[in-house]
Amino acid sequence: MIEHTPRFDAVCWLILAIGLVAIFLPVYYAFVIASQPDSAQSLDLMTPPGGYLWENLRAAWTKDDLQRQLLNSTVMALGITAGKLAISLLSAFAITYFRFRFRMVAFWAIFITLMLPVEVRIVPTFEVVANVARPLTSIISLAGIDIGLNFSMLDTYSGLILPLIASATATFLFRQFFLVVPDGLCEAAKVDGASPMRFFFDILLPMSITSIAALFVILFIYGWNQYLWPLLVTTQADMTTVVIGVARTLPTDNADTRWNLTMATTLLAMAPPVLVVVLLQRWFVRGLVDQEK
Amino acid sequence: MSGRDKKVVFKGRVLPWLLLAPQLVVLAVFFFWPAGEGIVQAFFLSDPFFNTMIFVGFDNFRDLLTSPEYWDSIRVTLVFSLATTATAMIMAFALAVAADRVLHGSMVLRSLVIWPYAVAPAIAGMLWLFLFHPAFGVLALALRGLGIDWDPLLDGTDAMVLIVAAAAWKQVSYNFVFFFAGLQMIPRSLIEAAAIDGAGPMRRLRDIVLPLLSATTFFLLVMNVIYAFFDTFGIVDAVTEGGPGGATRILVYKVYKDGFQAQDYGSSAAQSIVLMAIVIVLTFLQFRYVERRVNYA
Repeated sequence: MIEHTPRFDAVCWLILAIGLVAIFLPVYYAFVIASQPDSAQSLDLMTPPGGYLWENLRAAWTKDDLQRQLLNSTVMALGITAGKLAISLLSAFAITYFRFRFRMVAFWAIFITLMLPVEVRIVPTFEVVANVARPLTSIISLAGIDIGLNFSMLDTYSGLILPLIASATATFLFRQFFLVVPDGLCEAAKVDGASPMRFFFDILLPMSITSIAALFVILFIYGWNQYLWPLLVTTQADMTTVVIGVARTLPTDNADTRWNLTMATTLLAMAPPVLVVVLLQRWFVRGLVDQEK
Repeated sequence: MSGRDKKVVFKGRVLPWLLLAPQLVVLAVFFFWPAGEGIVQAFFLSDPFFNTMIFVGFDNFRDLLTSPEYWDSIRVTLVFSLATTATAMIMAFALAVAADRVLHGSMVLRSLVIWPYAVAPAIAGMLWLFLFHPAFGVLALALRGLGIDWDPLLDGTDAMVLIVAAAAWKQVSYNFVFFFAGLQMIPRSLIEAAAIDGAGPMRRLRDIVLPLLSATTFFLLVMNVIYAFFDTFGIVDAVTEGGPGGATRILVYKVYKDGFQAQDYGSSAAQSIVLMAIVIVLTFLQFRYVERRVNYA
């Protein structure tokens, strides 16, 4: 280093120690609680981890709807990720590589959605999902015709996924990336007589792989950790996600709940996204930092 | 934007619309239609089944802005956002500086710090509740041992501390990634030159590092406020349900409660529009930042 400053360095080590304790404390005690036998009484700071972690995890794993809810979360997270990537790539390609009338209108229509997170339009969005035909029937009823069309997406995978797959952020990210792709490639493709879609699939898509991988991690976490939306559109325990399922098992003042099992379930519910971030760390960090651009 | 367009493009009028169609259909059905309906609802009084709608003009907004409960919710949201943002940013900055200094920019710490980002807000809330629960939380029991009567289920301030802890804990990882990356970009020569001139570590932090990280800090500030306003719904719903006595009823939670449990659609829609205005301001700030960065580059 530049100079010797033992006191400043000591402060730095202290900050690191405090920070790491704060970061690992909640999950350490989650493990301590999840590893206690059913007979365990109250814990204190010094209680060591017990020997029942494996039993409790197994018991949690076979509990009512847990496996089903883990599956639902996986389907939802992957569905949202794939959906967002696909429609953003196509939109960004259209906006960047074509000149057409009302191009800027389309651009701004996508941009405006940045200002409409689901949290600010909760009730009307719920109504649309409860009956997807609603916009259509409302418009037709203006003409005085009442058609009793009703198509509910509540408690379905499409209801969980479709309303969340529009993405202004991903579209702009891919647009930024496409803008720096050398023009020569497109020129060459045109000279060779390749169709736009051929260019998209054979040249642009393979070049975008790293951006896609970086976004994949972020979007997977986003999808897995959704809360408000699955809370609204699912009513059955076997259609909801594992995050909602775990949160619902939390009675705030019930003393005789089996906390060890609740904590074991919590650990199972948080493991998949945490593993994705830790194992795909390089892509995750890249995806995050890309957002700043 | 015109200056940044592609020079070589494909011909076609129908194809681009086909490519845009999936996104535009999703936007029309799930964004624009509901947003439009929300705006209409804000100006009408309706029964829960939307059979009758009476135009009431700005009455819903007037009721909202004269309701002490709403102002209370605004106050709670501001306290919560400020506390969460300040805690998460200061902790992340201190960790990033310390890691840059004594770990010489090794990536070890990053691996240890980033994983809470992946924990769902509701689950983060549960983990912290298990530390602070009055009956069996180890930290609550330790505090009681020190003579501090700790009960986030009954005391509003304790409940606020609990949700701030959970929300900030999750966000430290995000801020750390940006601060750490920002520190790595500062040229070593700059720091060394200042050191040779006799500037100690604190002085360099204040006069060199902080100004160079100001753009990143501003970006993070906006992102943290957006996070605290909108992404923390799960923590509140899973842990406190807005209680005790409305002490943790942030704006987003109130919209949900009034819309779905009280079925007061007019008020809920008016609240949504206020939130929309907040998002517009925050998005605008975010883009001001992007412009500034471009100017400096």
